[in-house]
Amino acid sequence: MEEIRVLSPTAILGYGFPVSSFEEGLRREPHVIAVDGGSTDPGPYYLGSGKSFTQRQAVKRDLRLLINAALDRRIPLIIGTGGGSGARPHVEWNWEIIREILAEEGRSARTAVIFSDIPKELVLEAIKQGRTAPCGPVPELTPEAVDSAVHLVAQMGAEPMITALEQGADIILAGRAYDPAAFAALPIMRGFDAGLALHMGKILECAAIAASPGSGSDCLFGRLGKDSFILEPLNPARKCTALSVAAHTLYEKSDPYILPGPGGTLDLSAAEFSELPAGCVEVRGTRFIRSPQYTVKLEGARAVGYRTVCIAGVRDPIMIGQIDAVLQAVRERVEDNFENIGDYFLHFRCYGKNGVMGELEPAPSPAHELGIVIECVAPSQDVADTICGIARSTLLHYGYPGRKSTAGNLAFPYSPSDFSVGQVFEFCVHHIMELDDPTGIFPLEWRVIE
Amino acid sequence: MRYVRDVAAVIRSKNAGPFELTFDLMFTDKQVFDEVRRSITPERIAELYRIPVEHVLKIVHFEPALAVKITIVRPRPSGSLGETDVYGAQQHAPLFELTF
Repeated sequence: MEEIRVLSPTAILGYGFPVSSFEEGLRREPHVIAVDGGSTDPGPYYLGSGKSFTQRQAVKRDLRLLINAALDRRIPLIIGTGGGSGARPHVEWNWEIIREILAEEGRSARTAVIFSDIPKELVLEAIKQGRTAPCGPVPELTPEAVDSAVHLVAQMGAEPMITALEQGADIILAGRAYDPAAFAALPIMRGFDAGLALHMGKILECAAIAASPGSGSDCLFGRLGKDSFILEPLNPARKCTALSVAAHTLYEKSDPYILPGPGGTLDLSAAEFSELPAGCVEVRGTRFIRSPQYTVKLEGARAVGYRTVCIAGVRDPIMIGQIDAVLQAVRERVEDNFENIGDYFLHFRCYGKNGVMGELEPAPSPAHELGIVIECVAPSQDVADTICGIARSTLLHYGYPGRKSTAGNLAFPYSPSDFSVGQVFEFCVHHIMELDDPTGIFPLEWRVIE
Repeated sequence: MRYVRDVAAVIRSKNAGPFELTFDLMFTDKQVFDEVRRSITPERIAELYRIPVEHVLKIVHFEPALAVKITIVRPRPSGSLGETDVYGAQQHAPLFELTF
């Protein structure tokens, strides 16, 4: 085989894509359709809560097109990081959508579901043996952090997907996966260069974001040859340029030359980007440097309490002139009122002052009006509601020095003014773990619809 | 003295994972890129963001995109208590004040 063709429909399953672009892609006879389902970008809530950050109807719309196209052509459909975060509840949520589509369309398919939840005992043992390390500026992994995680996943490489392909999967639904893996699995299985396959996957996983103008909701096509790969936009409104593709290499990572992943590092120091006719770009020179020890990245999130927020505006210039002192006084009143209620986190965010950048803000002088978000996170929703409510009522009627506006200090856009937003999570594991077998910890389950 | 904002085509910020914040400055002219990149040092970034210089993790010059990439420690892990910008997409404005 001289060339392997990969169709990437959209940056995240559920972000959508134009059918016309997708059909252009199908006309080019792809060997595989691959799509990335997830990201940590939306924050720890989704991994922690087990919920998807994409909407069910949107995912179902995308998947129906992908499943029908793949089954019609007898090419595999590979979904990486199912359900957004790739833990078991996310994967099962995604599987339920697939099952529903297959039933509605009256189709049969063999789906390989690959889970990425990691047993805590395994990680605790790895800590003991010194086989874990921080991934970036995070503290060393502790048994407490592991124990506190609600969901703990590892990013699988292409290997478990290759196993599923070898066993004849029509659809692969993977848990948490290294983003390029879904795109690189078939090429690597067929013996194409891993460096080029993974680099192509790295770009395809964001679909048309690497084109110009960029879009997270449009398709991109990849052709991988023996010593280069070519990217092709499928919408006449876009083209790939050497700059747009090279620039995408910078996106969301700290070093564009050295990209560590499961089992090794992608080295782009010799990568070359050249423009071809018809808005295509050819990339060559990327190398995959296998590391002596296979590693995976672990991700975990834990619950930290329940949140209540209140949104209000301030327009009074006298109050705005002393806003920091006013908020500090209100905080003290609240603390004084509820000395025995236990721990809670009370926070005032001032939009129009430093609401966006917090302590990084170099110019924290207030505007003529401020948006204030009062927030409380506490061990129970009841305590969060109570503290947020008392902070709101205290601020509303607080008599600051020189006050002329004695009827109330806050403009509320909503009734009710306070919102109980439920559980709050934080990332507690973001570490590398050594592994001897790249497939063993990712159990594969067959779900066959006849 | 000139402002980087007047010569850069792209000035952006984004999470690089939940624990790092990364800035990209991209240029369209090789000569400008060469001139500007010399003046971007960890010390200047630390001063601009009022953070310790050791929190500036990396400054990389990426020739294929005529880009300078700066990565700093996130003020807090993405989405943890006190968060102001979960995606880290609006932390770039101080770079508008960079001069060369």
